[in-house]
This record gives sequence, C-alpha cells and structure tokens, in this order.
Amino acid sequence: METTVFLLTVNGQIEGANFPDYDNLYCKYCYVYGHDWAPTTGLEEGITQIASKSIQSHRLIWNFPLETTFKSTNPSGWPQLVVSVYGPDVFGNDVVRGYGATHIPFTPGQHTRTIPMFVPEPTWRLQSWLLGWRPEYTDPKVVAQGEGREVTRVRSQGFVTVCFHIMTKDMKKMGYDTGPSTPSTVQSASSGWSTEVESYAK
Amino acid sequence: MASSSEIREKLRKKRRGLQDSLVKNKNDDDAQALVPSAKFKVDKQPTAMKNAEGNDEDPGETLRRTLRAQRQRRKKTLLEQSLVQECHDAEGVSIAQGCSANEGSSHRADDSVISTRPPTGSQRDLSVRSEHSSSSKHLDAFVTKHLQEKLKAARSKGESLQQQEASAASTKPVSRLKRLKNRDTVTRFDSEVDPVSAGRHEDPLSLRSRVKFREAARKVGKDVPTAEETYNFFTYNHEPDQPSQLDRISRKRQRRREKVEEDRDEDGQAEAEVEEDAEAEEDNQNQNECQSEEAPLVRNEDDLFVIDHSPKDFVEVKKAEYVAYRKRIQRDRELLFTPSFQTVPTSIKLPENMKPRFLEDEGFYVGDRPPISLTNENILENRILKMAEGNKWFGDDGKIIALPDPIKESSTRPPLFHVEGELDPALQTVHRKPFKSKYANMYIAGAADPEGDYQLDVDVSGMIFSHHPLFSREHVLASRLAQLYDQYLSRQHNNLTGHLTDKLNGLRNALRNMVKIHGEQGSSEALQQRISEYSLEVRSTRQLRDTEQEKDRTLLKSIIKVWKEVKSLREFQKFTNTPFKLYLRRENIDRVLDEREYEGEILAEVLEMEAESEEEYQKKLAEYKKQLEDWKLWKKKQKAKRKKKKKKKKGQAQDDTEEEEDQDGSESDEPFEEGPVKPKPPDRPDVDSMEQWVREKASRIRRKPGEPILVPELSASGSITSSELCPRAEIARREDVSRRSLFIKIFYNYKEVSRTDSRSLSTDFRAHFGQIFNLKILNCPQSINLQVFEEIGSSCSLLAQVFVPVPDPSIVTGSAPMEEFEFSSNQRVMFDHEGVGSDVPLSFEPDGSNKLTLLTSGKLSCCVSWGIGEEGVPLAPPVSQQPGATHSGRGHLDAVSYIGASGLYDMKKIGEWATQSRLDPNDPKNTSIMQLLKVASSGEVTAPDYFRLEHLQEEFNFVTDEEIERSKRFRLLSLRNQEAPEFRYYKFVPLLEREISDKVFQDYEKRLKDGEIIDTREHLDPHRALVAKYLQKIRESVINRFILAKHYYQLSDLVIEEEIPSIGSEQLQTRPAPVIQNRSASWNVSLPIRMRILGINLFKLAESKRPLKPQRKERKKVTAQNLSDGDIKLLINVIRAHNIPIRKPQSNKPGQSSQSAIQGSDWYLSQVQVRPFVEVSFQRTVLQTTTAEGPNPSWNEELQLPFSAPNGDYSTASLQSVKEEVFINIFDEVLYETGPSDKERTTSIHTQIEKHWLGSVKIPFSTIYSQSKIDGAFKVNTPAVLLGYSREHGSNSVYDHWRSTHGGMFIRLFITIEPQLVPGESVREKIKEVQFESQEAERLLQASERFVKDAAESYPDRPCITTVTDLSGKTVFITRYIRPLNPPQEFLDAFPNNPQEATTLVARFVSLIPSLPDQVSFSGTCDLWSTCDQFLTLLAGDEEEHAVLLCNYFLFLGKKAWLIIGTAIPEGPTAYVLTHEQSGYFIWNPCSGQFYDKDDTFCPLQTVGCLVNSDNVWYNIQENPSPLSTNFDITKANMWKPFFSRSFSHPGLSSVQPEELIYRHTDRAAAAELQDRVEKILKEKIMEWRPRHPTRWNRYCNSTLKQFLPKLELGRGQDVAEGHRLELQNLLGDYRIAGFPLHLPFSEIRPIIEAVHSTGVHHIHSSNVEFALAVYVHPYPNNVLSVWVYLASLVRT
Repeated sequence: METTVFLLTVNGQIEGANFPDYDNLYCKYCYVYGHDWAPTTGLEEGITQIASKSIQSHRLIWNFPLETTFKSTNPSGWPQLVVSVYGPDVFGNDVVRGYGATHIPFTPGQHTRTIPMFVPEPTWRLQSWLLGWRPEYTDPKVVAQGEGREVTRVRSQGFVTVCFHIMTKDMKKMGYDTGPSTPSTVQSASSGWSTEVESYAK
Repeated sequence: MASSSEIREKLRKKRRGLQDSLVKNKNDDDAQALVPSAKFKVDKQPTAMKNAEGNDEDPGETLRRTLRAQRQRRKKTLLEQSLVQECHDAEGVSIAQGCSANEGSSHRADDSVISTRPPTGSQRDLSVRSEHSSSSKHLDAFVTKHLQEKLKAARSKGESLQQQEASAASTKPVSRLKRLKNRDTVTRFDSEVDPVSAGRHEDPLSLRSRVKFREAARKVGKDVPTAEETYNFFTYNHEPDQPSQLDRISRKRQRRREKVEEDRDEDGQAEAEVEEDAEAEEDNQNQNECQSEEAPLVRNEDDLFVIDHSPKDFVEVKKAEYVAYRKRIQRDRELLFTPSFQTVPTSIKLPENMKPRFLEDEGFYVGDRPPISLTNENILENRILKMAEGNKWFGDDGKIIALPDPIKESSTRPPLFHVEGELDPALQTVHRKPFKSKYANMYIAGAADPEGDYQLDVDVSGMIFSHHPLFSREHVLASRLAQLYDQYLSRQHNNLTGHLTDKLNGLRNALRNMVKIHGEQGSSEALQQRISEYSLEVRSTRQLRDTEQEKDRTLLKSIIKVWKEVKSLREFQKFTNTPFKLYLRRENIDRVLDEREYEGEILAEVLEMEAESEEEYQKKLAEYKKQLEDWKLWKKKQKAKRKKKKKKKKGQAQDDTEEEEDQDGSESDEPFEEGPVKPKPPDRPDVDSMEQWVREKASRIRRKPGEPILVPELSASGSITSSELCPRAEIARREDVSRRSLFIKIFYNYKEVSRTDSRSLSTDFRAHFGQIFNLKILNCPQSINLQVFEEIGSSCSLLAQVFVPVPDPSIVTGSAPMEEFEFSSNQRVMFDHEGVGSDVPLSFEPDGSNKLTLLTSGKLSCCVSWGIGEEGVPLAPPVSQQPGATHSGRGHLDAVSYIGASGLYDMKKIGEWATQSRLDPNDPKNTSIMQLLKVASSGEVTAPDYFRLEHLQEEFNFVTDEEIERSKRFRLLSLRNQEAPEFRYYKFVPLLEREISDKVFQDYEKRLKDGEIIDTREHLDPHRALVAKYLQKIRESVINRFILAKHYYQLSDLVIEEEIPSIGSEQLQTRPAPVIQNRSASWNVSLPIRMRILGINLFKLAESKRPLKPQRKERKKVTAQNLSDGDIKLLINVIRAHNIPIRKPQSNKPGQSSQSAIQGSDWYLSQVQVRPFVEVSFQRTVLQTTTAEGPNPSWNEELQLPFSAPNGDYSTASLQSVKEEVFINIFDEVLYETGPSDKERTTSIHTQIEKHWLGSVKIPFSTIYSQSKIDGAFKVNTPAVLLGYSREHGSNSVYDHWRSTHGGMFIRLFITIEPQLVPGESVREKIKEVQFESQEAERLLQASERFVKDAAESYPDRPCITTVTDLSGKTVFITRYIRPLNPPQEFLDAFPNNPQEATTLVARFVSLIPSLPDQVSFSGTCDLWSTCDQFLTLLAGDEEEHAVLLCNYFLFLGKKAWLIIGTAIPEGPTAYVLTHEQSGYFIWNPCSGQFYDKDDTFCPLQTVGCLVNSDNVWYNIQENPSPLSTNFDITKANMWKPFFSRSFSHPGLSSVQPEELIYRHTDRAAAAELQDRVEKILKEKIMEWRPRHPTRWNRYCNSTLKQFLPKLELGRGQDVAEGHRLELQNLLGDYRIAGFPLHLPFSEIRPIIEAVHSTGVHHIHSSNVEFALAVYVHPYPNNVLSVWVYLASLVRT
C-alpha cells in the first residue's frame, strides 16, 4: 500500500556569514533528519564556493541555493540543516571555522535564520596554533544531535545566515497544523496556503 | 573687487590680444570637434567667460575654472547627443536634426525661438544665488548699475554679437528645453524657485519672460524676437562683463565666479547644484539606452586634462545668425511632441472594429477609478497612443486600465537595509529582552476574535457615609439612629420573632395532641421518646424566641433613646442639622384579649417550665437515689472496719456516737465527714418562684398587656436650620461640606479604567452617582476595585478602597441586585469647627465620659455584572476559560470548576446534614439548599461514590490506554525507539493507522514467541540446541549492556584532533598522514592534505614520480552512512597459487601405479598437469578467473563482487554483523572428449568441460571489514584425498606426517573493500572506557592500562592485551585464564608412549570445536573471553578461546607453552599458541590444529604482540615483530617487556579456570543418528541444486567411500588411504572418478551445506554422471563432533 506522506519543500539559500576574524571561507551543508524522512528531490548536501570579504563589508557572501524536498510520515525527526564552515588558517591548512545547525522552519513562508557557529576546543590550547590543526567533529551531523555532546567543549565563532522559503503539502490534511499562531492571521494564511497547496497537489 | 572701469579696461585689452588666436583656435576646434554643435557652442561660451574672468583672477583660478568648464562642456555634449538620439527615437525626424546643429545657422535661428524658455532657468539661477548671502546685495546693486549703463551700449555693441550668440545658444536651448520638460515632473525645482523669487527685483522680469515663453509656446505667430531680446537682455544684465552670455552653462559659470568672489565656501554648494543639473541630464540620457555613453566621455578626456586648450576658449567675435522663426517652428515640430489636450476618440484606443464594452453595465463590479483631471488624462492617453503597442494600456471600455485605488490603506515603512557601520547610531536597532507581562497569560481564550468580547458592567449607584469627619454631633447621632432604624426594618422584614412564635405554638399544639391522644393508652417507649424530643424542641424554640423578642425590645428602646438624644442635642445647640424625625406610631389593641393572650402565654410557659423542672427533678432524684445506694454500701464497709477497730479499742462512747450516726444516716441526709459526700436530695421545684421568674422575664422582653404596640417610623422630613441661623462653627462646617465633592475611580486589574463624575457631598453625606460603566475586557478579571476619592478644591485624596468580587458568569446585568459594600478609612482628621473629625474621641455626655472614637466609614452601593449582548447572550467568558476569576475575590483555586465540573459537591453529605440539623424547609433562608437537595434526590446530579487521587488525569488523556495500545503506529514507533532488531532501522512508519499492515509485527511476534524454542531441526543435536539458546541469552544481555555503552560518548568519539606529539618520538614519521575521515567522499572535494610540518612535504619531492615498485596507497576512508546498495564492492585480486595438485594420468588401467605415471617424463611434456582457475563466490555472486596452466599458476586478476548489506543498512554495527563468507575455490578445468563415435572423431571433436574442486579458502566478510584489506598467501584447505590428483611430498621435520600438508596449496590474494570503509570503532577500547565492574585490584587495573597505553604508543601495530572481559562482563586480568587443564583422558590413553601423538590429538580436538567470531555472535559489540569449561559447554568461540584451551592442555602435558597475542592472516588480531620443545619453538594455530616452525615462512602469524602465561605478560619490544625474526627468549629484558617486574610483582592472581575439566562421553548412537540425518539432508540438497538433471547415486561407491572415512578420521586427515583409493579405482574401473573428502567441525548443518555447495560438484551436467556421497560423524568427548563428507562424481567411460 502506498503510504500517505506529507511534503516539505525547502528553498532558500545560505546567504552568507559573519566571521570577523577569518576570510576565504567555504561552507558545507547537509541535512539531518529522522527515520521517517526521505529527501525526494534536490541536493542533500553541498559545498559552496570560497568567499572572501570585500574591503567595505565584513560579510562573506555565498548565496548558495538550497532546494530540497522531503517527504515524511512523521514530524518527529524534522529535518535540520547542518552547516560547517571551513577555511585556511595562517599556514594554509584547511581548518574548520564553525559548526552550526538549525531546524528547518515549520511554518510555510519565508524565514531567515542566523545560525550561531561554534568549533570544538582542543584539549590542549597551544595545539591549534602550534600545529595549525583544529579539532573537528568526527561527523558534522553531531551538532544536530544532543547525544554525547557533553564531552566536548566548544567556542563560539561567528554566524551564518540562511534564508528559507518553506512550503508544505498535506501537513494540515494529516492533522499537523503548523500555521501561524495568531488567530487573525490564521484564517487568511491557512486559507491562502491551503488553496495554493491544493492546486499544487493537483 | 576691482572697479568696473578697471575691469573693462583689462577686458578690452585682453580681448583684443586674444582675438587673433581665438579665431585660429576656433577653426581648429571646429575641425576637431566630434560633436560639432556642442563644441561650437562650448567654445564660445568660455570665450565670454574668459573675458570676465580675466579681470581679477590669478591664472590658477582660471585654470581651475577652465577645467570645470570643460567638465561642464562634456556633460553638455553628452546631453546633446542624447537629445539628438531621443529626437530620432521619438519623432523620427532623424538626420535633419542631427546635422542641423552642425550645419546651419538658419536652423539655429528656428531654435532660438525655443530658447526663450530659459528664463525659468535663469530665474532659478538667480534665485539660487540670492539665497546664498546678503553680501550679494551690493553685487546686485553693482549689477543693476551696470545693467542701466550697459543698456544702451549693449544694444549697439551686442547686436552683432547677439546674433552670433543666439546661434550658439540655439542648440543649447533644445537641451535646456528638455531639461525643463524634465523639470516639470520634478516639482521640487519649482517649489524651490517660487518662494525664493519673491521680493527679488528681477522677479517681474523673469516672470514676464516666462509668461512670454508660454505665449510663445502656444502661439507661434507672436512677435518672437522681442521675447528673445528680452531674454537675452536679461542674461546680459546680470552679468555685465559678459554681454553675450546666453547659455545656461555660462550663467552657471558666471554665478560660480561670483560666488568665488563672495564666498568661496559656497563653491561646493554651487557644484552640488551643477551636480543636480547633471543628474537631470543623466536622467535624459538614461532614457535613451541605445546611446553609447562612452564615446563622448573618452573624446573629451583630453579636453579635461590638456590645459593648453585654454587660449582657444577665448572670445571670438562673429556675426549673430538669425534663424527665421518659421523655420524654427518647423524644426521644433520635428523635434518636439506636445501631446494634445483633446480627448482621444475611443475608436483609436480600441482594436479595430471593436465596440467599447462597459463591464459595469454588464453587472460586473468595477471599482472607482482614481481621480484624475480630464486634461491630464487626455494628455496621458495621447502620449500613450504615440508609443509602440500603446493600445495595450487601454481596457475594453476604451479607458486606461487603472486599479481602483492605487493608494495603500496602511502606511508602509521602507525596510531598513542593514548596512554595517553605515547606519546612524540613532537608527540602530536596539534589542531588548522580552519581558513577560504580568497579565499576559491571563487573556481569555478566544478573546481576540471580535465576536467573543466580554463586557463587564460596573454600576456605581451611590454612597452613604455612616461616618464622615465632617459629621456634626447631630450627624453622628442621626446616623446611629438611621442605622438602628435600618436594623429595625430588616428585623421587621425577617420577622423572626413572629416566625418563632408560630413555630412554638405549633410545637405546643403537637405536643398537646400527642399527650392527649396517647395519654390514656399509656405511654409506650417510643411515644415517651417523641414527647421528650418535642418538649426539648419546644424549650429551645422558646429560648430562641425569647432572645429575639428581647432584641426587638432593646432595639426599640435604643431607637427611642437615640432619638431622645437627638432631640436634646437639637435643643441644646439650637439648630437642626439633620432632617430625621422619628415618629412612634401606637397601635391600640384590645386590652382584654391581649391580657388573656399574655396570661395564656405565661401560663403555658410556666406549665412547660414546671413540666421541665419536674422532669429534671425526677432525673435528679433518680440520680440521688443511686448515689445514696453507693454511699450506703460504702458506709457499711466503713462500719465493718470500724467495728473491727472498736473491738480492738473497746471504746463505749465511740460506739454510741457511731450508732447515732448510723441512725442519722438512715433517716436524714446529713453530711458525712469521711468518704464520698452523702448526696443531697434535690429540691422540689418551686412553682411560685418559677411563675415569678417567667413574669419578670415577660415584662422585660415583651410589651405589657394592653400596652399599645409602638412602631417607630423614621422620616427625613424635618427641616434643617438654615446656615444663617447657625453658629459660626457650624457655618464653617457646612461650608467645608459644600466644598467637598466625591468621585470614584474604577480599577480593573489594578488599572484605572474609568472614573465617575465628581459629585459634591450633600449635607446628608450621601452621594449619588448612578453611573454604569461598560468595560470591554480582554484580560481575565482579576480584581475590580473602586476607590473613593474626596476632592477639596483641586486636591483630592483617597478616602477608601472597595474591592468588589468578580461576579459569576450567571450574574448578568439587569438581574443583578445592588449590593452595598462597606468601607472605612482609618485616617485621622480633626477640625476646628463643628465637624467631629475622624479617629478622634468624642463624647456626648456632658462630663465627657463614655468616649467613643469614630472612623470614617460608609457604604458604597454598586453592582458588578456581566453585560448582555444582542439577543440576550451574556457577555461573560465561559467558566472554563475564566481562570482569572479563581484568583480574584474568592482567592482560591478551584480546580474542579476549572474544567467545568463545578457544583459537584457531595449531595449525600449535604442531605445528611440537612436532616440532622433539622433544617426548616419553610425557612426562606434555606430555600436554596432545599432546592438543591430536591434536585439531588431526584437523581439529576449524581455524586461519585468513589475517591480519585488524580481526579483530573482523565481530562488530560488524549485517548484511553487501550486505544493507545491498540494503535499499531504507536506500537511501531515505540518498538523502533526501543531498538528492537526488527524495527531498528524501520523507515517511514506510515502516517495513518490503516496503512500499517499486520504483517509488520508478524516477525517480531514470532520471534517473541519462538524466543524460547530453538529449532532442533536446524541444529540436529539437542545439546547444541541448548547451547544456542544459552548463547542467545548471553548475547542479549551483552547487547543490552552495549547499547548502554554505545550511548556513552567520550571526546574522541565526537572530535578528531591531532594528538600532541611527544618530542623526540618517531611518531611523526611512523604514523600515516592524517586523512580527513569525516568528510564523505561524495562531496568530491579535493581537500588539501594537511601538512603538519612543512618539512615533511620536502621529503615528498624526493620521491620518484613513477616508482618501479609501486606501493599501495592509503585511500580515503568513507563512513558507512551515506552508502546504498551497489556502492560497495569487494575487490579480490587473485595473484597466484603454489603447489596445486596435478592430475594423475588419464589412463586408469588397473594396476598402473601413479608412480609410474609420474615417472614418465614424456607424460609431463605431453600432458597438461592441471588447468586451475579460481572461482570466488560471495553473496551468491560467482566470478571466476581465467584458466591458467600448471601447478604454480599466476592469474593476477582482479575480481569485483558487489556487496549489499542486510536490509540496506550500511551502519557500522550492521556491517560488523554480516556473517557471510567469501569462498575462494580453486578448480581444475578438465576437458574431456566425448566423441559419440569413433567414426566422427576425425571430423569433429566434442569436448566436455568439467571442473574439479581442488581446494578452497574462506574468509569471513567481517574479517575483511575489520581489516579493511587482506594481503598475503593463504593456505588452501585441501581435502585429505583428492581422487585423480596427486601432489609431491617431501619434508624432514619432526612431525613428518603433518608437514605433508605444508607442501599443500597456497594462494596469494589481496582482498579489500572499495571504497574503503571506516571499520567499526574499536569496541575493545570502548569497553575499557565503559569499565565494567571488575574484581581486580584498582592498582592492577591502572598498571595494565598504563602498560597497554605505553605499548600502543611505542608500537601501535602490535596488539597488546592485559585485561579481557569475561562472559559476565567483568574485566579480568589475562593471566588468570592460563592454567594447566586436563585434556580428555582418552587422548592421553591413546598413545601413552607417544607424547607427540597426544599433542596432535589434543590440537585436533581443539580445532574441532567450531569457531565463531565474537564480532558476529555479539553483533560487533565486544570481544568476550569465556573460560575453558564455558567454552567446552558452548562449543563455540573464537581464536582466543581455542588458543587458551590449547595452551592449557599443553601446559598439562608438561610443555612450555605461551599464548601469543598477535596478528595473523586472515584473522587479524588473534591468539596463537607458542610451545617450546627441544627442537625449537613451534607456533600453533589453535583453530586449524596446525603448527608451524618458528622459521616457517608460511606461518600465518604475522606479528607477535605479546606472550602470556599464567605468571606474566611479556610485550614484544623487538624491532621486527614477525615470528621469523623474533627471539622468543622472554628472559631477555631488551626484547620482552614484562608486565610484572620487580617493581610490580605478581600479586598471586588466582585462575578463573576450573581446577579440572570434566568431560562427558558423547553418545555414539546420537552421532550415528546425526550422521544419517546429515547424509540425507546433503543428498536432498544436491538433488535440489540440480533441478533439471536427474541425480543418480552410486550405492556401491557410497558404501565404499563410507568405509574410507573412519580411516581418514583415524589418520586425522592424513593421506593414509592411498591403497584404498587404488582399491576404489579397481572397483570402479569403468568410471572416471573425481572426488574428495571434506572435513569440518560440526556446529550446524548450514556450514556443511555451504561447504558442499561451494565445491560445485553438483555442477557436473554430463548425462551419465553418477554421484557418491558418504558422511561420517566421529564423536569426541563433550559432544565435539568431527564431520567427514566424502563427495565423488563418477562418469562412466
């Protein structure tokens, strides 16, 4: 039997980052999601170009598009976007500059998320600059889960801005109402979306 | 500033001097100019300029301005080009215009008509200038003077110039025109102009000129030259030194010059002005996009920088050219488009042949069009129509499509783009923390939607002061009187006295009746009871009535008393302050009747009291009697005592007195001195005194008979003495009163929401408000508070607060009664007038006694209720949504009412209470309770008769528990969460219940059910079935343990970081370069490999690019997460093989020995010895190499086998538990000629290919996975006997017969997985981290940890084990496992004289115990070591267990034996056994039972990590860890590092092994049975594998083979049966036989089947093939079974 699913379309882009001390960074992203989720189209993971700052602005701009559609039967394990930023250090070694994760927004519409980034701390302080080696997570997806994190120490490091455009299909039909909470907007928003979603479904 | 004459003088001089050069220059310029029109004009204009400028400026300034002018010029050029272009576009006039500027002055004359426009511009320029400073005033005067002076001179002199200039300007105006047109839209300019221009003396002129221009624009026929003249004149005027100044630019420059003169600072502003112009121009430019911007810019580049050009800019005098007006008009028409004002006919706007369609007429809604004037609309339409595709702007109705209302309803703010650092600090977003509003959570749910608003009506009707500081004494009394009167009225209303009297009468009647009816019949017990009850009731009622009557009486008395006081006060103070008057109304009554009633009442009462007292007397009497009895008894005792005493003393006198006393005691009640007091008999009730008492009481509390009933009536009808007649103090008081006013603030939830009007305090201290406030509320009502304020003049003070309870939702406006709330204030107020003040002692007595202190107090009459909406719906929030109410007046939280279950009280209890307390149903007070009880008893409300601890739990349950349990989805989810194996990786739990099929749970449920039952068919052996069950249990417990451990993380699990290099160690060189593991290869990023130290890379440069002997390179490792089926391949590189047995000669003639065949050297040459190929099978995929030739073939082929993980799950744990094995089989390809007949042999040859199995190697996948690559020579398992094949023998070792196998086959393989997978995290490490409980000493554990850590640091590739985990999960030191243990006795007995034989037997026995890697059995979780007895019971274990057992046996046999912890191929880290004999060291493979000499190159052991015996652990610290080069002398400290040394001696660890192993004899019958079953199953299987061919069994051969097998077992696989084979050959001479015996330890049937299948015997499809199969199971002690399977194929030749 064909199982009923609802769809979550994530469009958007990794707009850029704010790392005051570093330059020439690139970013990788991947999604972490639960058992009941599967991507149907789009790239599940990707890597951006290397961006450097301009003289005027201290922002790094990637404008890297995200386009993924998930299907799911269970909101548990809602997808998370995991971004990790890498760049060269003084010696030209490619080291990690930050990890961060955020849940894909639930509500349809446009969202902008600023993800605070952090890196694991070395056990020995001097290590990082003596060897040009920064500790890395065995798997960047670690930052999207809570288990075992208590053993690490991290340092905060810059921000990454991600912009999402979320569309959902059949969520409401399945009984999951993620619409905005204020009652006045509920009506308009839900009706608008539902019609749009219906047409999308046909 | 230089004087004008001076300037003029200079000017003339210069002009003359430069004229010649200018003329020349001009020609140059003309030739040079790319856009001649522009050039032409521009050239001239600086000419004029220079004239002016030359006066008083230094050359630098000149230069600067020149440059600026040139910049200006450049802009102009651009502008003109654009204009020209535009003209092309818009008008299509094209070329004529394009060259007009270039060519003719005649054309220019036309243009000059339009040049009359500029006055607007000039005016602006002037006005702008005028803005700048007042200092320009004198300049203006100067200008004016010159203006007048020059008027004449200029006319004559300028005439000639003018013409020339006009022509020069002719092109310019066009552009200016354009600019002006532009400006029309930009209204800013106009508005800027107008206010400034006011009051300027040039104003009228400029205005006029503008008017003129307009006229000119409209009416072409007017006398234009005048206008132009005017214009020119003006331009002349305001620059006297520039008579020919016409152009905008020159004006601008001039203005700038002036500015320079006046105020240099303003220069910038002027420039800004220019910029503005430039912008306007650029707008123009942007409009025509085809225009190349670059060209003119570049052209003028040199103009900008070449300063030498300045001389050529100088004046050129030329005749003014006149362009005929008509021509100009004509040109103008060509250039310009003026949209008509005329209404466009609809037909043009619509497509052809279409009628306008008016939607509105058709009934559609058409919104109001934005208002726009008709003229503008017409202009717009005309303009649009000129455009290409203009029609599309028009709707069906022929009007411009327009939105109804383009104006947004709400204002929008343009988004602030966050630009870092550029934002004004004041505009910076300030982030504040959100704070929780105190009432934020108290919103009534749903209150936000408009229809659900709630309304609270607060009705403030008025207030009365019961005391006020401004009360006069009379007021105090009057208010008391009023209060008393109120009390009286309320008492009257309740009429308790009358009520009680009625009740009393009723009771009396009842009692009387009862007595009367039943009196004669004699009183029964029950009746007595009832009567006494009634009389009791009567008595209490009477008492109640009496008190009430007394109260009435006293109240009346006090009313009268107070009234008398008032009267006397009034008399005393001689004025009246209060209007109160008390009237006492007498109600006369019939005296006789009244008296009779009164007497009757008294009589009845007396009678009752008599009866009561009689009753009491009787009771007392009875009590007395009883007491008397007691006393007498006591007395007698006493007497007896006395008598005894008396007898002793014999006192006569005493006797007498005692006698007397006795007599007294019996006759009268005299007190008695000792013992209990002699009771007194009760007095008889005195009836008379009783009557007296009743009468007294009656007179006190009741009116006397015949006395009229006094009814007080208080009226406020009295007059108040007017103020004039009052004393001063009173007047002051009254004035004070009149000054005061009152108002009330209404606070809702502590916020003021409203206030009443201010009402002045009336003389009677009342205030009437009568205001109703409707509060629309959003927040839950929490408190409603009315504050009474008193206003004196402008100041107001808070008098009192009144808290009003929040009404029940049932209380709605209209039905709610007014309530009076008392309030009071403890403020102390004192006055110097008549006002008594507040909190001040006050006395009415003349002597000042009996003081009383009065506080301000009063009553506020108000009413709070919920409003009623339309249709009478109460606007109250529902009870359930009114949590705030519970916080309010009631002040406690009623959880029950929260959920809407209010009012559920225990009805039964209430009912009981009601009956017990004999609630009078007639009492109006009790009606509500009675009503409730009535409803309750009718059964409408049933009270629960049980008690619940969490009585609200149910409210919060989504569904019932049963429903949850029934939910398949929930079950699936929870099972997955528990990581039940079936659902651990279950994806997509369906969303809907109905989509989950019941099948999902079938497996799981089956497993649960079957958990206990092990299928005996699978195991064929009851013992093994038990073992499997036991193993299963251990596995479960271990897995549970490790699921816990898996969730225990440490830093290294999460973070990769380089370890700190210890200085001086060689790690940097020895360790492989770190490979970035965590980035999956699918990202395809070539990441720069880290150079930790720059120097390392230098070595790389020295490496050769294409080494002759290429090395395998380290590959990138891939985590198993993003893999799917087909991604993983198993690469098997089959390199070569050695010592493959060769075929025996084909001629199977009986009697011919193999020797003879081999000896025939020509046979060697003629016959192919063997044609082997390798077949690899894995997961049912079979691949094979090409066929090579000879006994030592070399294939060097790579085979790729796809790998798919179970359930598509590529997680590490799943991969580790893959049980499948890779079979590498070596076959001989044999070609047979099967010519059907000899005749055809010459023409055709039919060959048949058969493959004969020669041997196999099997490697478990888990080994490959954990090793990630396997490289080396593997010994091929060959059958002991290969029918039809032979191999060379020859060795001279001690174990001669065993060495024979060494000559056996070897195959060199390289096996790996592509891509390289990251092997599962070393579980062993993890266990250590988890640190299961251990019984070892802490010191030992620490030491072992250190030892292992040191070992790992110095030689990371050498395994070192000091502690292991036993089956119960405890950490045990390894030496505890080593202890001499007895092998089965029968082995020792078998060869009592040959220890070697015993050794081999023992080794064989150990090897026969099936091997099962822990990784597989415990799904990759850990390595557990079982003790030998456990091992023998489980009959399964991996290398360690085998090795430990073997080592222990050897020790028992008196050998020197050690456990070797090392690595071997293909096992990886493993355990071997080392023995030391006289002839040297031997290394035993415990799993195969084979041993190797230390120097044997084919020894599978690769590295020796450490040696273990029962005393110590030695770690190998030699350079080369391979056994070949290892020195096994453990005493050498430089080669072996002992664990226990002198510094840390052996603590005497006891062994975990049992003292002795007890063996059970294996049931031979069971073995035989198993043998039959195996044979049967195998035969079935072989037939099954040959579905399309008949399988014939050669019975004869079967039985023959069966006879061989025991012999083989006896010979322990040794090739002892050469003779038998010959025999077989003899017997089956007609057959070509290929066959071999397989030997396996028995664990399950499945491996046997697999082994048989892998030989591929069943693949022989020749039609006349027959098969032979024999099975032999040899039992060893403890159910260790050795299984032999003899397989043969026979083809009849």
